[in-house]
Amino acid sequence: MTGQRISGGPVRGSGANLRRRYLRDRVMLGLVVLASLAVLVPLLIVVWYVVSQGLSALDWDFFTQDLGSPTRAVTGRPTGLAQAIAGTLVVDLTALLVAVPVGIGAGMMLAEYKEHRLNPLLRVLNDTMNGMPAILKGLLIFTLVVRPSGTFSGFAGSLALAIVMLPIIARATEGALTLVPWSIREAGLALGLPRWRVILAAVLPVARPGLVTGVLIAFARAAGEAAPLLLTSLGSNFLPRDPWNPLEYLTKAADTLPQRLYSLAVSPYEQWHAMGWAAGIVLLLLVVVVFLVGRLLTRRDH
Amino acid sequence: MADPAPAPRIRMETRGLTVDYGNGRGVRDVSLRFEDRRVSALIGPSGCGKTTYLRALNRMHDLTRNVTVTGAALLDGEDIYAPGIDPVNVRRRIGMVFQKPTPFPTMSIFDNVVAGLKLVGVRDRDRLAAVAERSLRQAALWDEVADRLRSPAARLSGGQQQRLSIARALAVEPDVLLMDEPTSSLDPAATRRIEELVGELKEQVTIIIVTHNMQQAARISDVTTFFLDGEVVESGPTDLMFTNPTDERTEQYVMGRFG
Repeated sequence: MTGQRISGGPVRGSGANLRRRYLRDRVMLGLVVLASLAVLVPLLIVVWYVVSQGLSALDWDFFTQDLGSPTRAVTGRPTGLAQAIAGTLVVDLTALLVAVPVGIGAGMMLAEYKEHRLNPLLRVLNDTMNGMPAILKGLLIFTLVVRPSGTFSGFAGSLALAIVMLPIIARATEGALTLVPWSIREAGLALGLPRWRVILAAVLPVARPGLVTGVLIAFARAAGEAAPLLLTSLGSNFLPRDPWNPLEYLTKAADTLPQRLYSLAVSPYEQWHAMGWAAGIVLLLLVVVVFLVGRLLTRRDH
Repeated sequence: MADPAPAPRIRMETRGLTVDYGNGRGVRDVSLRFEDRRVSALIGPSGCGKTTYLRALNRMHDLTRNVTVTGAALLDGEDIYAPGIDPVNVRRRIGMVFQKPTPFPTMSIFDNVVAGLKLVGVRDRDRLAAVAERSLRQAALWDEVADRLRSPAARLSGGQQQRLSIARALAVEPDVLLMDEPTSSLDPAATRRIEELVGELKEQVTIIIVTHNMQQAARISDVTTFFLDGEVVESGPTDLMFTNPTDERTEQYVMGRFG
């Protein structure tokens, strides 16, 4: 407001009390800025370090050739991580396809059917699952899928990643739905609509930005997980015979960037170490691109 | 001498209806009759239970925990709380308009109006378009939105949104329309439009309206019921209630002495 001041007091405080409050305000702001830097700086260091170490290995071959045996890299023949990049896309997107409907469904149970008997049980299990170490999720799928099917497979990896995503999506869905005003549900019910109809048609669309954010966070989290993949999709140095057929990745052992990054890093070859850093760059880019797309998708509404 | 007028048809009726929140509040033992083609106003001070009672008339308490409804609420003689009655079917016949406008914010004006039909599987475009126009005309909104039916409902003004909520409720052709202080968040001009609307709509639908505004009750209703502390004090023709009430408390309230 720029109206006239009512009292005749000075605009600029001159009292000691006012100066102290002013100072305290500055200190608080300083602390908040400091905390923000503490969050940002490690991120920038990681990004800078990964990029500076891996950039040299990022060439055309990196995206078009598969890895093959270490002699390729050591002797300077063409080598790359095409099999890991393709595998990551297939395995991660399949995981998303599994986790999104189930996670949103579970979130709807948590938020919309609070009186249901399953609700408290689901809440406890969901939180437990969220806290469960990722390697155990891999072990679970190893026991339930890999052993019975007799083979490591990209699909098993997708299931393990889906379990990583599920509790995050469910919780984000619950949070987003809870923020939708109750009056919208009542308005729908008062029209004689069944409850599930009201939730799907009137409540869920309002919560969409929150849902998308939750799905993105879940995706980013799962895309960086190596542990659940070690026991499920295992990894592979080679592109499948038909590299454009997703089923080739899902039905056999498949390579993924985080798990490949790990195995390159623990290998004894310097050339592979550089490729490991480059894999890190690609992984970072993947997450950034997914986030940007998600943001654009939700911004269109407004 | 002309024949005496036929006895008016009772559209809705409650017998000993009690809504218990488990904390002593709520409404107790309310027996009222609502005649077809009449506007009934429920008045009383804040917290007297009139809204609680209204919400019991289309089972809106069903989703609230720790609320028990006892007694009977009859729609055309059938108890809507009887076992085996689906509240969804009850609400199809008994619509409701709320205190605050409640358009579905992500839907267009058109989709809002026909939501009650479209979302239960009515796909016939011509029929939906006809229903949308009829309902919007009934709600006196058609002229203002006819050229932008596809634009988001959230962009309408508050008064328009409330008329949209009314149009949406009318689109499913309810027998009874419950209105819970439908003008309390509107300016005087929008309030007048809604009041005029109520007068026009009563030819087609039985209206029960909760209002805090005594003048409003006097202007638009045929029958007025005065609630106090969860009970009905008095119910009767509106002109009598405002000029010559039987109960002293009614007189004090309508004179503005308390509440």
